[in-house]
Amino acid sequence: MNVQAKIANNGVNVAALLEAREALTEAPVAAQFQWRASCDWVDGTHTVAQVEKFHGLCEEQSHCKEFTFDIDHPEVFAAQDKGITPVEYVLVGLAGCLTAGVASVAQNRNIQLNKVRATVEGDMDIQGILGIDKDVRNGYSNIKVTFDIDADASKDDIEALVAQSQKRSAVFDVIANPTNLVVEVK
Amino acid sequence: MKPITHLHRPASGRFVTSVIIGAGQAGLAMSHCLSEADIDHVLLERGEVANSWHKERWDSLRLLSPNWLSRLPGKCYDGVDPNGFMTVPELINYLTDYSRSVTAPIFTGVTVTEVSRTQSGYRVQTSEGEWQCKTVVIASGACNISMIPGVAEAMPASIDSLTPMQYRNPDQLRDGGVLVVGASASGLQLASEIQNSGRQVTVAVGEQVRMPRRYRGHDIMWWMDQSGLFDLNYKEVDDIGRARRTPSSQLVGGDRGKDLDINSLQQEGIDFVGRLAFVHNNKAQFSGSLANVCKMADLKMRRLLKHIDNYAKEQRIVDIPEAVHPEDTRLSDSPRLEMNLISGEIKTVIWATGYRPDYSWLKVPVLDAKGLLKHDGGVVGSPGLYALGLPFLRRRKSQFIDGVGDDARDLCAHMKNYLDESWYSTKVSVA
Repeated sequence: MNVQAKIANNGVNVAALLEAREALTEAPVAAQFQWRASCDWVDGTHTVAQVEKFHGLCEEQSHCKEFTFDIDHPEVFAAQDKGITPVEYVLVGLAGCLTAGVASVAQNRNIQLNKVRATVEGDMDIQGILGIDKDVRNGYSNIKVTFDIDADASKDDIEALVAQSQKRSAVFDVIANPTNLVVEVK
Repeated sequence: MKPITHLHRPASGRFVTSVIIGAGQAGLAMSHCLSEADIDHVLLERGEVANSWHKERWDSLRLLSPNWLSRLPGKCYDGVDPNGFMTVPELINYLTDYSRSVTAPIFTGVTVTEVSRTQSGYRVQTSEGEWQCKTVVIASGACNISMIPGVAEAMPASIDSLTPMQYRNPDQLRDGGVLVVGASASGLQLASEIQNSGRQVTVAVGEQVRMPRRYRGHDIMWWMDQSGLFDLNYKEVDDIGRARRTPSSQLVGGDRGKDLDINSLQQEGIDFVGRLAFVHNNKAQFSGSLANVCKMADLKMRRLLKHIDNYAKEQRIVDIPEAVHPEDTRLSDSPRLEMNLISGEIKTVIWATGYRPDYSWLKVPVLDAKGLLKHDGGVVGSPGLYALGLPFLRRRKSQFIDGVGDDARDLCAHMKNYLDESWYSTKVSVA
């Protein structure tokens, strides 16, 4: 057969990811990662977080530089609004994770993406964090992600991309499932 | 008709070319092929023929595949109801009948305690003495042990805990609610039966494979058989590991045409929640992933049905109803995330979380980190060792009664070749 197959290019190095998958199947210890962040109080509810180092593939790793993030609350919370709120960072993480997942799965399935936009809405009753009603939880009661995707694929294939992205998403798992959490004072 | 050879006490240290471990559909099919190939062999069976079917299945179970789809080497269904579904006693009769056509000796009540490598092949130690052989066929089944997730340990002691292998019927259960963990064929069949016994059932859904029982005038398995889906070769699958781990399709044999899916079971009053993620402080927590798990199942089902539609079009199959795909899974906007396990709401949990084979007796280093057999289409890494009757062993239908025959033929051919070659190399080395 002499068919010129069209190769999608979403800029994701799927070959490298698949290679890593194979290598880590053989060496599960190298798959043990630790992600880290630190956070300094500045003033009021304004804090600054730094992220640079992490551990993985059996050794210390580093981003190309230290990234910093201002975290604060908006003026309606009587704060200075020097940065977005922590709960918004959670939405940022979810959107980033799912969207990157869509790109990776699309590449693996040879689907060309033209545009992907995720919109995330998290519903929260702040009676929880204000301690007004003990039956209201602090966190989100519901999170909704809406994808607007233009790709060279059928609607079902696009929906399948989004579904597979959720299935393999770390942040989706972090939010949808419980995690043991230990907070200590040095 | 020849009676089954019930030879209970094989002499110690006997030699035979091949030992087949297990006399279920896989072992019997393999025996049939080996006999045709003139490879002398014995079958060792810990219980009686079709033992797992005798001992480890619930009362109402019927085969997921219709009667006609029970072809084995040298046998096919010749009863009056080809479109019906065998009950377990009917299946046992079917296999026992098949075992009568087996010419090799079947030793029943013989438990294999250890298989180890020798210079020329294998030593098979059993509760009734020892065998030496050149080749071994592991046909002891894929479902010897119920898998129970780690969270089970945190369940409060007041909750009865049961696996589908221990479950017989609802009378066995205390009155009160039941949590079924897992939404495969086993999980949903049990959920439906228990709900109909007057106990409120909640099902925690992890991975699931949805398909309608009937489609466009035929059983779904007729379409899968006809269109070649069942014959899909393991080498053509992207990720065979995942394919082999796929849970059984949500199907039930019996009430003809009855669908077994979340939509139909919600109408029976069953509640659905996400995967059981955590048990802590006498509370069960369910994953928020239910919507996605259902979406994936809907999309995969639609892909299957479209494949069938295309096949029907290409083959110009006429006189069939128009394509009507089942509606997507309907879910509440916010499925519950938590269940108090000591409030009395549930009294029993059933772990329909899958099965795995037992290889504790296999002293040949051929298992992976998860304790599963490493094999290439049933050819195990140790020369002369074979496996049969495992999910997607060589083709999609491998684990079905109807599928084991083609695998047995392939592996028999491989074994014949192996024996011929090793005989030749022995000759050469002697010379």
